[in-house]
Amino acid sequence: MNKENYVIAAVVIFGVAAPFLFPNYMVQISLLWIMILFALTWDTLGGQMGYNSLGNITFFGVGMYISAIVQVGMVYDVALYASPDGAALTGNFAPTQYFTGLGLGILAAAVGNVILAILLSQIFFGLRGPYFAIGTLGLALAAGELLGAWDYVGGSGGIALPVFPFDPTTQKFFFYFLCLAAAFLTFAFLRWLYKTRFGLAINAIRDDEEKADAMGIHTKRHKTVAWCTSAFFLGISGALFGNMTGFIEPLEVAFPTVTFGIFMVAMALLGGKGTLWGPVLGAFVFHTVKELTWTYLLGWQWIALGALIILNTVYFQQGILGWAREKWPETFGITVDKDMSSGSEERGTS
Amino acid sequence: MTTPTIEVTNVSKSFGGVAANKLVSMSVEPGKITGLIGPNGSGKTTLFNSIVGYHPIDEGSIKFEGQEISKLRVQQIARLGMLRTFQQTRIYGKMDCVQNMLISVPHRTATFSDMFTKYPAELTEKAEHLLEFVGLYQKRKLISGDLSFGQQKLLEFAMALMNEPKVLLLDEPTAGINPTLINGLIDRLKRANEEFGITLFVIEHNMRVIMNLAEKIYCLAHGEMLAEGTPDEIKDDQRVIDAYLGAH
Repeated sequence: MNKENYVIAAVVIFGVAAPFLFPNYMVQISLLWIMILFALTWDTLGGQMGYNSLGNITFFGVGMYISAIVQVGMVYDVALYASPDGAALTGNFAPTQYFTGLGLGILAAAVGNVILAILLSQIFFGLRGPYFAIGTLGLALAAGELLGAWDYVGGSGGIALPVFPFDPTTQKFFFYFLCLAAAFLTFAFLRWLYKTRFGLAINAIRDDEEKADAMGIHTKRHKTVAWCTSAFFLGISGALFGNMTGFIEPLEVAFPTVTFGIFMVAMALLGGKGTLWGPVLGAFVFHTVKELTWTYLLGWQWIALGALIILNTVYFQQGILGWAREKWPETFGITVDKDMSSGSEERGTS
Repeated sequence: MTTPTIEVTNVSKSFGGVAANKLVSMSVEPGKITGLIGPNGSGKTTLFNSIVGYHPIDEGSIKFEGQEISKLRVQQIARLGMLRTFQQTRIYGKMDCVQNMLISVPHRTATFSDMFTKYPAELTEKAEHLLEFVGLYQKRKLISGDLSFGQQKLLEFAMALMNEPKVLLLDEPTAGINPTLINGLIDRLKRANEEFGITLFVIEHNMRVIMNLAEKIYCLAHGEMLAEGTPDEIKDDQRVIDAYLGAH
């Protein structure tokens, strides 16, 4: 396990050094951390628990809007602010107001999302397999449309977030490190979580939920907590992304179901779902390919991404880490023990 | 007179027009091994499913240690200490054997915060001992889905023991198992009953096995309780012989 700590240290060092080494790519690398967070939180349900959600992006968007409402609402009337008359107010936030608002906004996004996830769990965990996937997809699409019809937060026209009170470079650094911290926290939390009883229980639900029921596992409780965990961190990512973008609207920014919503699934599958590092690796490869094709294959970028997804799902279903595990099982501790028994104590096999 | 571990009274269950169980009554005494036999389609598995709460029953009563359980859900019944294994073996196929064992610890007293604790070393030791008991110790780190069918069956049995149930319902424990391994399995079932004090209720088609194992046997046919008695009584019961040979 020492090796794992070295890898974590290397990634953190890269994360801290990157904005100084590649200042021109700071925004793209910020997005990489958000992508890693996406893939990790998707995998909690999709990989570890076997519930393929196509609607996790809902929590990203809802978190973004909760944060916006808190940030704006602390200082101004939200409806007025979001109306055309309020356009002049976006730059009118003193540093203290801005940072207090941002901190509370992020917190409210995370906590609000947990409450939402508890409510949604009551409905959606009655669905299994493809029905859960389609049901959650509907949730994401509906959430985008509903917010588009809510004039209080600007409707489909969107709402501008408070302007960062210092210069744009400081803003880039500030949000870069927040994104890095959010991804790191997500990773560290899930790494701990998967080592507890909870981790094995959601794996059991993935492998055979009926058996888990028959063995008396509190399946509903575990499923709800799993979704709450995803929702919590997705809420943070939504709040951060909204503030980095500066202007949010429902369909393209807050609930981008066909881009981010699909990317989170594709990244986890690419790296190897059901593993801790798979989503991290998948997000890194996917995001790199995406950014490179956007730069060097403009016009073909969607085709390149589609090809990557097709290659993955047709030839490589177990993902990069899953493939490695099949190839070198001993490295992953899958071995036959030469010893016949567990040792000193006499128990005798018959 | 002691309270029966399981007491089924006049239970009926139909699926559409098919009456799978008709006014079935039977009981399982604590500490004993009770058998359930009957031709294919006679309603044995339906009765099992009714007892463990897989589907609601149409009428009748099912009691576990005197407590009515016919309205409880599967997990609640499992947490009371009544566990079943499946005819089609069911294990957690992508996890290794030790993990399969660890997740099978009793959940009777599990609180919300217990979810976030780790498994103490004693439990891993216990898991390994039980895997040794069923002869899977060497393979404990293999992915369970890669084991042979017979080994998976043994693993499922070990998982049930890990759960420390009061009563274990076994749906055809020897089906699909190599005949030479069957004797070992009978031996282990008996030891689970004697050493761990687990009451057993066993569906079995293999007459040699069930006659060897059970102290009392019930025979179902066409959803109705046809006969009950000791193995010797059942063996000589003309109705049972007819049911199996198709005289009905």
